[in-house]
Amino acid sequence: MAGKDSKISGSVMVVGGGIGGIQASLDLAESGFFVYLVEKSPAIGGIMSQLDKTFPTNDCSMCIISPKLVEVNRHLNIELLTNSDLLDLKGEAGRFQARVLKRPRYVDLTKCTSCGECAKVCPITLGNEFDQFLSERRAAFKKYPQASPAGYGISKRGIAPCKAECPAHISVQGYVALTAEGRFQEALKLIKEENPLPAICGRVCHHPCEGVCTRGQLDEPVAIDSIKRYLADLDLASETRFVPEVKERKEEQVAIIGSGPSGLACAYYLAREGYPVTIFEKQPMAGGMLSLGIPEYRLPRDVIQAEVQVILDMGVTLKTGVSIGQDVTMAELRQQGFKAFFLGIGAQECLKLGVEGEDLEGVYPGLDFLRRVNLGETVHLGDRVAVVGGGNVAMDAVRTALRTGSKTPFIVYRRSLEEMPANEEEIEECREEGIEIHTLVNPTRVIGENGRVKALELIRMELGEPDASGRRRPVPVKGSEFVIEVDAVIAAIGQESDWACLGPECACTLTDRKTMQVDPVTMQTSDPDIFAGGDAVTGPRTVIEAIEAGKQAAVSIDRYIRGQDLAEGRSRDWTPAKDVPLTGHEHAARTPMPRLDPTTRISSFAEVQQGFSEADAVEEAKRCLACGICSECYRCVEACLAGAIFHDDQPEERLIDVGSVILCPGAVTFDPAPMEAFYHYKQHPNVVTSIEFERILSASGPYLGHLMRPSDQKEPKKIGWLQCVGSRDQNRCGNTFCSYMCCMYAIKEAVIAKEHSKVPLETAIFYMDMRTFGKDYEKYYTRAEKEHGVRFIRARLHTIHPIPGTDDLLLRYSDEHGNMQEEVFDMLVLSVGVKPDQATVELAGRLGVELNKSHFALTTPFTPVHTSRPGVYACGIFQAPKDIPSTVADASAAACAASEWMSEARWRDTRVRQMPEEKDVEGQPPRIGVFICNCGINIGGVIDVPAVTEYAATLPGVVFADHNLFTCSQDTQEQIKAKINEFELNRIVVASCSPRTHEPLFMETLQACGLNKYLFEMANIRDQNSWVHASNPVFATEKAKDLVRMAVSRAGLLKPLMEKKISMEKRALVIGGGVAGMNAALGLARQGFEAVLVEKEAKLGGLSRDLTATIEGQDIPRYLTGLIQEVMENDKIEVLTESLIVGFSGVKGNYVTEIMVGPAMYERRIRHGVIVLATGAREYQPTEYLYGQDPRVKTQLELSRQLDLGGAEGLSQVVMIQCVGSRNEQNPNCSRVCCQTAVKNALHIKDLNPETEVYVLYRDMRTYGLLEDYYTLAREKGVLFFRYNPEDPPRVTISSDDLLVTFKDHVLEREVEARADVVALSAGMVPEDTEELASILKVPRNAEGYFMEAHVKLRPVDMASDGIFLCGTAHSPKLISESISQALAAAARAATLLAQDTITLSAVTAQVNPDLCAACLVCVMSCPYEVPRINEQGVSEIDPALCHGCGVCVAECPAKAIKLNWYEDDQILCKLDALLEGVL
Amino acid sequence: MAEFEPIIAAFCCQWCSYAAADLAGSMRLEYPPNVRIIRVPCTGRVDSLHLLHALEKGADGVFISGCLIGDCHYLSGNVMATKRVAHIKDLLGKIGLDPERVEIFYNSSAMGPQFVQTCIDFTNRIRALGPALRGKVVRPAA
Repeated sequence: MAGKDSKISGSVMVVGGGIGGIQASLDLAESGFFVYLVEKSPAIGGIMSQLDKTFPTNDCSMCIISPKLVEVNRHLNIELLTNSDLLDLKGEAGRFQARVLKRPRYVDLTKCTSCGECAKVCPITLGNEFDQFLSERRAAFKKYPQASPAGYGISKRGIAPCKAECPAHISVQGYVALTAEGRFQEALKLIKEENPLPAICGRVCHHPCEGVCTRGQLDEPVAIDSIKRYLADLDLASETRFVPEVKERKEEQVAIIGSGPSGLACAYYLAREGYPVTIFEKQPMAGGMLSLGIPEYRLPRDVIQAEVQVILDMGVTLKTGVSIGQDVTMAELRQQGFKAFFLGIGAQECLKLGVEGEDLEGVYPGLDFLRRVNLGETVHLGDRVAVVGGGNVAMDAVRTALRTGSKTPFIVYRRSLEEMPANEEEIEECREEGIEIHTLVNPTRVIGENGRVKALELIRMELGEPDASGRRRPVPVKGSEFVIEVDAVIAAIGQESDWACLGPECACTLTDRKTMQVDPVTMQTSDPDIFAGGDAVTGPRTVIEAIEAGKQAAVSIDRYIRGQDLAEGRSRDWTPAKDVPLTGHEHAARTPMPRLDPTTRISSFAEVQQGFSEADAVEEAKRCLACGICSECYRCVEACLAGAIFHDDQPEERLIDVGSVILCPGAVTFDPAPMEAFYHYKQHPNVVTSIEFERILSASGPYLGHLMRPSDQKEPKKIGWLQCVGSRDQNRCGNTFCSYMCCMYAIKEAVIAKEHSKVPLETAIFYMDMRTFGKDYEKYYTRAEKEHGVRFIRARLHTIHPIPGTDDLLLRYSDEHGNMQEEVFDMLVLSVGVKPDQATVELAGRLGVELNKSHFALTTPFTPVHTSRPGVYACGIFQAPKDIPSTVADASAAACAASEWMSEARWRDTRVRQMPEEKDVEGQPPRIGVFICNCGINIGGVIDVPAVTEYAATLPGVVFADHNLFTCSQDTQEQIKAKINEFELNRIVVASCSPRTHEPLFMETLQACGLNKYLFEMANIRDQNSWVHASNPVFATEKAKDLVRMAVSRAGLLKPLMEKKISMEKRALVIGGGVAGMNAALGLARQGFEAVLVEKEAKLGGLSRDLTATIEGQDIPRYLTGLIQEVMENDKIEVLTESLIVGFSGVKGNYVTEIMVGPAMYERRIRHGVIVLATGAREYQPTEYLYGQDPRVKTQLELSRQLDLGGAEGLSQVVMIQCVGSRNEQNPNCSRVCCQTAVKNALHIKDLNPETEVYVLYRDMRTYGLLEDYYTLAREKGVLFFRYNPEDPPRVTISSDDLLVTFKDHVLEREVEARADVVALSAGMVPEDTEELASILKVPRNAEGYFMEAHVKLRPVDMASDGIFLCGTAHSPKLISESISQALAAAARAATLLAQDTITLSAVTAQVNPDLCAACLVCVMSCPYEVPRINEQGVSEIDPALCHGCGVCVAECPAKAIKLNWYEDDQILCKLDALLEGVL
Repeated sequence: MAEFEPIIAAFCCQWCSYAAADLAGSMRLEYPPNVRIIRVPCTGRVDSLHLLHALEKGADGVFISGCLIGDCHYLSGNVMATKRVAHIKDLLGKIGLDPERVEIFYNSSAMGPQFVQTCIDFTNRIRALGPALRGKVVRPAA
């Protein structure tokens, strides 16, 4: 390609993976463009996937959407970007650069097999959005069972604050969640990932996690530390304590100096890596401060010993009583082969008070005192002991003094209680034990007598400005000195380290504070082989900080020994999760820690805190709010044998070049919560929204399809639907528009609910206007009322009252006559409207796409899918409220518009799968290979897979059988290929999951080896065996053998099948030259395809020639002129006017149509590949209301022409009558457009002459969607609307030449007579006469003569015969904008065929053996598609291009002359034979 | 004597009921392992002879499960199947086999739980009827 077109991208971005986005993507990908489908959630499917049934056919929604889901996911030319948002769009149409943010899924979809093991082990339960929170799901989840892509994902809000705050970053939420589920061992294991000393920390940790616990904002923080202690104690008390797995032993020895928490932690993590570790401790026992600083009543010695023992059990050597620097030097250790050192010597030298008298007898450094007591020495302090300090050492000292016999030990602290660094429990327990705490006092002098302490002089303090620590600085109050008599003084104001271990061989340096200088990330000192951590580096701090330091040092030491970069990748952002919702939780008090009674405990060193019971721990754990959602317990990582889960998945931004963008982000349903006072939706469980009700009805929903009400799960006997919730409501919610689909879905729900209900169910729908305006919708409405007995009540709702003592609801409403009524319901369903959500509004803002006042994309009637930004298109509810068929049609229309000017780039970006030439295996004896899948443990955990494999190998024809962990994985595909070649396999059986999802994948593997893909068979031993017989492994294994035997027997009979290719005649025939036909022709021509436009009249334009303006005020004649001109000038379009179709033959891709052209009636034969039917409709010619008898009675079209030509002068009263020729026996359907036509003309009259009185006599005003605003405007302008009953219609009479209309006013309940200058009849629409055409083309029409589309919902512009498409009013009555949209849709659908050079036909088609055929016509009569025909030879013939492959004819044929390829009789019967082998 | 375990063959159409059976698996619902499913493109493909063949070869029961009536992917295949099942039931009565051994059900692809119920109910039904031909046919000596 040359020129500027070469720069046009051949790719399109579609934003939104609902049914609209799916349709647009498939159309584009099929017609030669590469598609990026951007979906914000983890799976496509949108709202449609949540629905139970769809109106008006009651089709199962999932049945019809799921094949599309699979198709999108597997399409070679669609890249699905889930969890993604379009951030912005630079550039211009044709050359956009889209920036897309892909949010992490935490699961690698290329590896995930969708087995669900992750969800099984996930401890986090949350509301299931898909079920509208009526059920629960896990944090590891699949959006819904049929979700596409099928993989799982993990919900995360961020790092839980507890984990973020914990210095060791333990997955606190994780072990709390596991505890809540009673999974104590798993919880302990998780803790021990980050903290080797949980029993110790469970007692002495300062638990900053609890300080930031979100639960604290609600009531009180979760007692995290106590839970941890419970778990650790449980483990230590068990027969087999948890000892972490040690990796393969390494050679390099590491020395650890100091056995405090940092040293122990460092040893633990190095030992886990396999290093030989030796701890040198100068004291006689391990533990450092844990053993010597902390008293036993807080931390029993056996607990320390037990946790140290676990570390020793991992192979760590402990050498006590060794002073480094004295007994052995670092230099000597280096010589002995130690490759690295960790200095964790702590800070155990007490700081001095720095006051006079400090050297007197009876003044003790706090830690010396504690160490002596802890080493078993008896220390007599005397009765009155002043302990100076406010930290934990001070608290330990004062309480130890009490326990060693002092009567009144007390605390002296220079700041206030708030600043006290000691743990809160410590302070509290001090108080319980009767210990006084004197704050805001500081010693100034120790007074002695005979060299011994006698008293302490103190000065009062006050708090000044905050200091560097953030705490307020204590300032002495001058002259406030006072003296207290004491027997001893303990100084506990801080410690420092003793650096005697460092010899001259060490290059490491100290800071001014006498702490070791280290790199803050790697903990490395100036000596490359020496690392340090804990108090020795930080000064006196906490146990958990020391542990973390030891852990980090271990990482560094490992890297140092391995010669890796020490710092790389070690900084992680620990910003905690924000916006944790606090609502919806009941108050629950924190479980208190049971303590020994203060009066007894002070006389001994027995442990004060008694620990939680199991019930306490579980109960307390349940208080967790799961701030991070995912708790990062990593159980899923362990459970996932495919290795698909990675918790550190990161957001990823991508820049993608695309030519066009289609926006179909969909909508959200209206949240009735803001109208709580009226609807009681939040408070009352039996008030549900319609989408919740869909889930309630759904077989895979929260109640498995049993109709129950949420409050008590009882079957309701009476359900009411309330219409227009969040729609047509300016006052309460500001949504002035009508939501289009709610009337229909309410009727459908009422009908389906009645079908579902086991008890007789009464249903009632309360509404303002029943808007069933779509194709055949009115018939559905009528059937619901007449056949199903759904009650329809035109009402104004007054109030809803929950009835006390029951779960029922009292509905008060005023009926049509203004009378107040009351009814009791078991359940009320709110028919909620739809609207783009805030995220969509923001998206539009980012992209520069204009929205209208109701936040829908701004489009015009003549360009219904074009947004304000060139190259960006809109469809679905983003454009306006609409139902599924309109969404699908608009999506195809958007696909057409998006590709209209990109045709030069067609096939430029697409991919092609290259396959080798096929081997000829015809006639070869079967050499079958059987591959049996374990699916991790999904199959292998239930079925004895090796036994099945062994069995398979014995089956006839099998030359190879093996089993794999995951048969679908990429490496197994390679293995299968290798085995096919090695063993010359010519038939393959895979026994694994479902062929519905995996058959195409394995077929591709066959093709890649040159094997015909139909030589493949699957045995479904997972979805239909191990998953449904998990509790019966013996039977399941037997069943698996049966299924494999059946599959092998069929495989042996499979034959290679050739998929026939037929050429494509790249030309379209468009029948009908109205707005729809012309747009369809142009849509194709702009894409570079030829179109022949056939019009029976002499002029183009059709019905539109009679139209004046759209309701929005757009000039239709002007538009039409332009359109006709464009059609006439386009050299790809040939226009044949005054032409009639007289003959038609051929199959899709190769049709031949005979046309009689022009007044001269010469014959043309057109060869073409596709047809677009756009034959249109016309206005009904009324016979009612004196039409044709009095010229003042006109149709609305006639009135609009009159207004256009002559204005409204002289019109004092105009009466309009709706539903003329619609919604009656002759035409049971609604004509859709007449209500808006009436409103349009009424508004026009009011504009022309505000004095004119306009009456509109209607049955239901059906101004759907955004048209509602015009209805509102008409009422504001004084147009008067009166409802009439079809049983009592208005009467038009003439009296003294006056035209009179008599009708009944339902509010006043009396007859009203109005004189009219004009009576305008809103005449319905009738299709053009297409009877002959339908018979020539062999296409079906409905009873009213409209063509019948292939599927109401998902194929609205396709006819059942491939290659024939439909648009405009030939389909059903519609507005000009809707016709244009459908026309473009038909063009897009046609382009999916025209873009191909050849069409591949399915090989699974029926084939007649002419020798056996008796031409009995059974096949002809039984085929649902009328495909078989008796050919020239007098026998039946089935065109493979037309055959759908159902096999009905095969089963019906009495002579057995027909076979269905791939499902031949013997290929089915052999399965029965194999199953039943030897049972008789 | 061990309890009688019926052998049941089930023909499920690939669009609805086969998918319903898969969904039962996704939802981890359990049912008796007596049912062996054979996938067919449409229940309209299931020949009356297939049903008879199953019984003749020793199956104790056989059922077809297709799309809901009106929802057939091929418009009317399930209607044809319904007719054939009625015909075979009629025939079975005449040859002395209980017509209840053959049945047609309809399960949409969203009806996993209902498919399970179908299997449970049908298995129970056949269990109550006892073996069809198994143990009753005396094979002529070869």
